[in-house]
Amino acid sequence: MNVELLKFVWIFLPQLLPRPIYELGVMAVAFLGVMVFMVLMVLFMVWFERKVIGHIQVRRGPLHTGRHGWAQSIADTIKLFLKEDIIPRGVDRPVYILAPLVVFVSTVVVYVVIPFSDKLVARDINMGILFVFAIGSVATIGIFMAGWGSNNKYSLLGAMRAAAQIVSYEVPLLLSVLGVLMLAQTLSLHGIVEAQKHVWYVFLQPLGFAIYVIAGIGEVNRLPFDIPEAESELVAGFHTEYSGLRFAFFFLSEYANMFVISAMATVLFLGGWHGPILPGFFWFVGKAFFFMFFMVWLRGTFPRLRVDQMMSFCWKVLLPLAFLNLLVTGLVMAVLN
Amino acid sequence: MAELETERLFINMGPQHPSTHGVLRLGLTIEGERVVEVLPDVGFLHRGIEKLAEKRTYVQFIPLTDRLDYLAGMSNNLAFVLAVESLLEVEIPRRASYIRVIVAELSRLASHLVWLGSFANDLGAATPLLYCFREREDILDAFEVLCGARMTFNYVRFGGVARDATPEFVGKCRALLGTFDKRVDEYEELLTNNIIFVNRTKGVGVLSREDAISYAASGPMLRGSAIKWDLRKDAPYLVYPEMDFVIPTGTVGDVWDRYTVRITEMRQAARIIRQALDGLPEGDSRAKLPRVLKPAKGEAYSRIEGPKGELGFYVISDGTTNPYRVKIRAPSFINLAAISAMTEGALIADIVAILGSIDIVLGEVDR
Repeated sequence: MNVELLKFVWIFLPQLLPRPIYELGVMAVAFLGVMVFMVLMVLFMVWFERKVIGHIQVRRGPLHTGRHGWAQSIADTIKLFLKEDIIPRGVDRPVYILAPLVVFVSTVVVYVVIPFSDKLVARDINMGILFVFAIGSVATIGIFMAGWGSNNKYSLLGAMRAAAQIVSYEVPLLLSVLGVLMLAQTLSLHGIVEAQKHVWYVFLQPLGFAIYVIAGIGEVNRLPFDIPEAESELVAGFHTEYSGLRFAFFFLSEYANMFVISAMATVLFLGGWHGPILPGFFWFVGKAFFFMFFMVWLRGTFPRLRVDQMMSFCWKVLLPLAFLNLLVTGLVMAVLN
Repeated sequence: MAELETERLFINMGPQHPSTHGVLRLGLTIEGERVVEVLPDVGFLHRGIEKLAEKRTYVQFIPLTDRLDYLAGMSNNLAFVLAVESLLEVEIPRRASYIRVIVAELSRLASHLVWLGSFANDLGAATPLLYCFREREDILDAFEVLCGARMTFNYVRFGGVARDATPEFVGKCRALLGTFDKRVDEYEELLTNNIIFVNRTKGVGVLSREDAISYAASGPMLRGSAIKWDLRKDAPYLVYPEMDFVIPTGTVGDVWDRYTVRITEMRQAARIIRQALDGLPEGDSRAKLPRVLKPAKGEAYSRIEGPKGELGFYVISDGTTNPYRVKIRAPSFINLAAISAMTEGALIADIVAILGSIDIVLGEVDR
């Protein structure tokens, strides 16, 4: 009976309900699903990062709260929710308040097009990859709003660094992806994964993958590129003045963004949900988490670059390499065709 | 092309740095990321330790020296005690001299470890900090066995040391030395062989030979600037002449040179401790001295090669139980003065690296 009811809802409801209302309903369900996944993923990621870093750094702390420290992330979340909401007197209030939301929303929206498996995708649009990069770059505005609106010199410096960094690293990042798009002949994320059924693009585009990894880490401000918030230089950069839940939004976005970059790496280079035995979803999440592990590992190993070194590395090394990758891909494809 | 005009900004490189937690303020005038001027502002600790010395007996002052450079308390004990001993004209037993060398070099290791960890942390690498503290913990454990304290030791006394070195202490020292070189290899793998670290330190914060001399810099700061000057060799004290070790020097005097000098010094200090443990003679650990010390009228200046540089105590005696005047030559304070010379044209991130490379302890800066 229940199955019948479900079938009815699945097949006939779209036809009975007015189109806009049905679409809104679908989006609401998708949004809810994305939010639940994201929050759980971030909670897990915080725990995961703490554990990995804890092992790298021979720390004892990450083992204390709960068995093997599992309760620590939950305790931290509750603490963040309970913290007093402080808004300094001199800030530009609307800009200051809106900034974390802009960053957060731009991150969440990207999740809508991520294909977690063959069927599990909130919206498979035919220009998925363009959507991801277009929406993802809106976060820069949010970060700059935070730095500007905070009325604090450290925040401003951090925000200027962040804007320069994200805008710069986006160029090689996009160029590194172009090779994949040329091979797959589609902009749809679903299509790109399908095209890797037999061979992952990491084997056909190793240089592109390397550039993607470096530029991607630069894009999410992780070590060795965590220059916008460099705590030994700028206190905490653009989010110096934020506390409690407002800070939590930045924090959540950072981890959510890490997952986006990892998920995109999975989609573009690591064959997405393809894999033997296990359901596609597990393969997808597993590959993405392996990539995130890599980022955590880097954090435990590397010092921070200097801002000018980071910029010259982007423009003088990554960018020419990305063009080279594009050129070689084009030439090889022309010859093979 | 016309130069882009930028507005100058004044920011405080204030409490965010581990060694500047409210006691050192660096006023930076910046143009974008470029630093135009650096002005260190010190004097927030208000300790008055030199004045306190006049109100205490000689022995009572030893514990206060621990609080100066609290990362190398033993060295501070030693420098003060040597000054007073030269006023007392007392000869110390050979065993005490060896033990003093061991604790002084262990102090050097402990101090350099904290420096290395916090310096790497300044550059954004948190892992070496935890590793360095792991090794420092072993050293503090050994000190705890030796004198019961982990930070403020009050161990080096007039005529020798407070307590004799037990076999347990020797065992702990040997155990920590057994793994120490491998651990230093580990740091080098994380930092020396890391291209980012090399780029952050090479050619940054150069202190020329001439500037190093004119600022009276000492210790790894001076040796980093290619000047081979180490009091353990050039004005020997204790049993250092009997030890076989080399003095490392840098070439240009940048942050990288100061880093490599300290890393090599750590290996050399471990070598000295091994030799001292092997040659530790039997006998008394303290000379017989009267219960109440009253050095004859006069003055003495005694200096040692502390972890941070030349640590000197100038003591004037008026023949009473209390020193008439004590003046401390603290290497941190003098080395810090050279920061303006090293930061010309630097970026904000360089300031952190340069300040970290000086290795200051504010307890010593604000006496």
